Amino acid sequence: MKQFALFLGCTIPARLTHYESASRAVLEALDVSVVDIKAFNCCGYPLRNIDFKAFVQLSARNLALTEQQGLPIMALCQCCFGSLKKAHHLLKEDGSLRKEVNAVLAKEGLHYGGGAEVRHLLQVLYHEVGIKAIKKRITRPFAGLTIAAHYGCHVLRPSTIVQFDDPVSPTLFDELVGATGAVSVTWQRRLECCGAPLRGVNDELSTALAKKKLEAGKGAGAAYLCVACPFCQIQFDTVQGGTLSRGEKDHPLPSLLYPQLLGLCLGIDKKALGLEANQVLIQGIEGFLAQGRKRREASPPEDRGEGRQQGVQRSRGEV
Amino acid sequence: MFFSIAAYLALAIFTAGLLYKIFTWFRSSISIGSSEIPLWERVLSTLRGILLTLFSVKIFTLLKVFILDVVLNRRILREDALRWLMHMSIYGGFVLLVVMHALGRYTSAALFANYASTINPFFFLRDLFGALVLVGVVIAIYRRFIMKIPRLMTRRMDIYAIVLVAAIICSGILLEGAKMASSTVYQQMVEDYASLSDPTEARALEAYWVQEFGVVSPEVKGPFDAGTIARGKELHNMNCAQCHSKAPWAFAGYGAARVIRPFAVGMDKLNAPGLLWYIHVFACLIGLAYLPFSKMFHIIASPLSLLANAVMEQGKSAPAAIATRQMMELDACTHCGTCTMCCSVAAALEEIPNINILPSEKIVSIKALASGRELTTKELKAIQEGVYLCTNCYRCTVVCPVGINLQELWFHVREVLLQKGLPELSLLSPLSFYRGLMREEIGHRDYQRPLLKARKAIADKGDVQKGTPKAQVLPLPRRDGEFKGRLSLSAQASTFSVCFGCQTCTNACPVVAYYDNPQEHLGLLPHQIMHACALGIRGLAFGSNMLWDCLTCYQCQEQCPQGVCVTDVLYELKNCIVASVGEQAARAVRTR
Repeated sequence: MKQFALFLGCTIPARLTHYESASRAVLEALDVSVVDIKAFNCCGYPLRNIDFKAFVQLSARNLALTEQQGLPIMALCQCCFGSLKKAHHLLKEDGSLRKEVNAVLAKEGLHYGGGAEVRHLLQVLYHEVGIKAIKKRITRPFAGLTIAAHYGCHVLRPSTIVQFDDPVSPTLFDELVGATGAVSVTWQRRLECCGAPLRGVNDELSTALAKKKLEAGKGAGAAYLCVACPFCQIQFDTVQGGTLSRGEKDHPLPSLLYPQLLGLCLGIDKKALGLEANQVLIQGIEGFLAQGRKRREASPPEDRGEGRQQGVQRSRGEV
Repeated sequence: MFFSIAAYLALAIFTAGLLYKIFTWFRSSISIGSSEIPLWERVLSTLRGILLTLFSVKIFTLLKVFILDVVLNRRILREDALRWLMHMSIYGGFVLLVVMHALGRYTSAALFANYASTINPFFFLRDLFGALVLVGVVIAIYRRFIMKIPRLMTRRMDIYAIVLVAAIICSGILLEGAKMASSTVYQQMVEDYASLSDPTEARALEAYWVQEFGVVSPEVKGPFDAGTIARGKELHNMNCAQCHSKAPWAFAGYGAARVIRPFAVGMDKLNAPGLLWYIHVFACLIGLAYLPFSKMFHIIASPLSLLANAVMEQGKSAPAAIATRQMMELDACTHCGTCTMCCSVAAALEEIPNINILPSEKIVSIKALASGRELTTKELKAIQEGVYLCTNCYRCTVVCPVGINLQELWFHVREVLLQKGLPELSLLSPLSFYRGLMREEIGHRDYQRPLLKARKAIADKGDVQKGTPKAQVLPLPRRDGEFKGRLSLSAQASTFSVCFGCQTCTNACPVVAYYDNPQEHLGLLPHQIMHACALGIRGLAFGSNMLWDCLTCYQCQEQCPQGVCVTDVLYELKNCIVASVGEQAARAVRTR
């Protein structure tokens, strides 16, 4: 059983706790054990605009902590992953920077030797668990479900540093979605940014980019969007839910987190997956699970998207 | 007489201070939009809230929180067992001492008919409680001055608190020891309580006390024969034992008596017990009078904060009551540093030397801000930057031992400061994500203004080029020879020099693609920025909005055929601007 230091970052524990609980449940079901290091801090990503050194210092502290434990670090967030990877790369390449950073780390008795291994949740599922093993564990696969998989910028690029998958035509996430029995659709803009980095800085642009992506996903016939990053999810779920309530958008594309999607097929308790924590409701997705299929096929074809429509209406009433 | 005057004076200062503090909870505010709420409304809505809570099911929540969090310090235990031991020792020991010993006349004496401070269990307990406090003080000193916890700041108020508590307890123990050793005090007791018939009896009893009770007599010195001791014991049992347990029971005082033994006779001559009594009582009265103005005020404010936060909710509670609670929370802070120790960005302090990054220090600055004292621009700027360098991870709020809703406090203070109009460049970073999500709470005008201010501060720094003026002759932009060399924070950033201007980056950029006329909104486009860097035209590169509207999605960098790290160069330019605007602001403050 492989062990990882779970890196939650700042956003997940504060604003997306169900991503954490769903991930823990899925990892447990797939025999991946995680260790929590309480002393972890911000990955440094939000400080990159302001102070390069502060960013490296914060990231390096996490890397040093995980190296000290002798564990690979697993991020659930694309931005955390990208920042840790970037810092790891810089510290490996630049001896004088490493020296400077270590001088500061030494004040707390820490040291980074450059030996940390940085992983993203999706990588762990793909490489450590494997598609075959996941498929074996699935008790209720999806049928007839179309998903638009959104990779998120910072796992893909800069590819020389993050080394996640092919930056131009990645398949890793699509294969993981495929493993659940759902169809991962090909869609325009699938590798583009969700707009979250400009939330609070240029909201108009941020919202427009998210909208374009949602429309593109919907246009390609996807019933749901699937992400594996808290920023992307907040952008596609919280913000979509927000604009939806003001009637700016009539036909949303509900977004869910990959561990929620996978967890449903693994038969994990819905509470742990936090389906109800989503702003744009996604309960309708359960209708696509294999055992729920018979009931669905019996109903007339217009009702195909029943669950989804219901979700939309309910969320409108609630938000 | 003297004691009464001093005690009433201390009590009067304490009461006046307490009332003043409570008054400031209602008068001052650091919350968004609360400055318009009149004082009477603040008082009324707070009282209404308290009454409604007391007569609802929430009373059970209050009870639970009172027992677990206030009395048993559950929240401290969750974080750190050693600190829990420290606080329980100090506060438990002190409270029990106040009840049993300081107010003994009204409590112990009233409850127990045969109460005497020199009889067990009171005799032993007094020392036990005192020793407990002392253990706590030692842990506190160890934690603050020996453990070297990174970024745990110790301020004067922390030292004062430790010194005051230590002074009260140490003077008390010394006083007890000096009295035990004092022959004068012994003689006084004999005179008051014993009925001895002749000098041999007096000598026997004194011998017994010298041997067993630590009295140091100038005349009666050991070793004594068994007969004298046996007679002394008999006399002791007849005259003293009723009201006086054996001295070693009061282990702390007895220990002190043993230590001062060699000097006891001299000390007694100088009336050391009397002097120490004054020191002990003075230390206690100073502590009482100073309490509302010291960090020890948390004795009153912290339980209130814990209770209030257990039942109040953002959005449901009245804004007037929240404003009051936030002011009270500032007094509830004990400057324990728990928030700082778990802060997600605290380690950034090593690179950005602004102490206000640390939550525990932010609170201290916010106290100054809320007090209404006129702060300098530099101070305001530092607090503003400190409050903004926060990822809003809620960790501080989750761990605060006194339950302060720090997250909410930061949010309010941030907005209040931003509205003062000092530009904050950190606004143009992903740190604003939370502010973006909270947009509705802020109000449209107040939301946009600081963002525009920040952009303007940058525009003033560079030569902003909007659109492509056609019929206008442009002055030749100023070149900065050293500029190129300065872009060297990371190896990636110097790659701009190999750009051959193919525009692939610009074509790949989703931000550029979004605008119909990108140059109008963004100024220089990515390839132009690379070119400006190569030419050393600092002003143009700095003035481009493109930098701050960059998503950092790395499309440009990924697709560059020349391997220019476009996104990283943009990052570096942003760093340079933040640094130079910061310098400029510092200069402006200095010349003022």
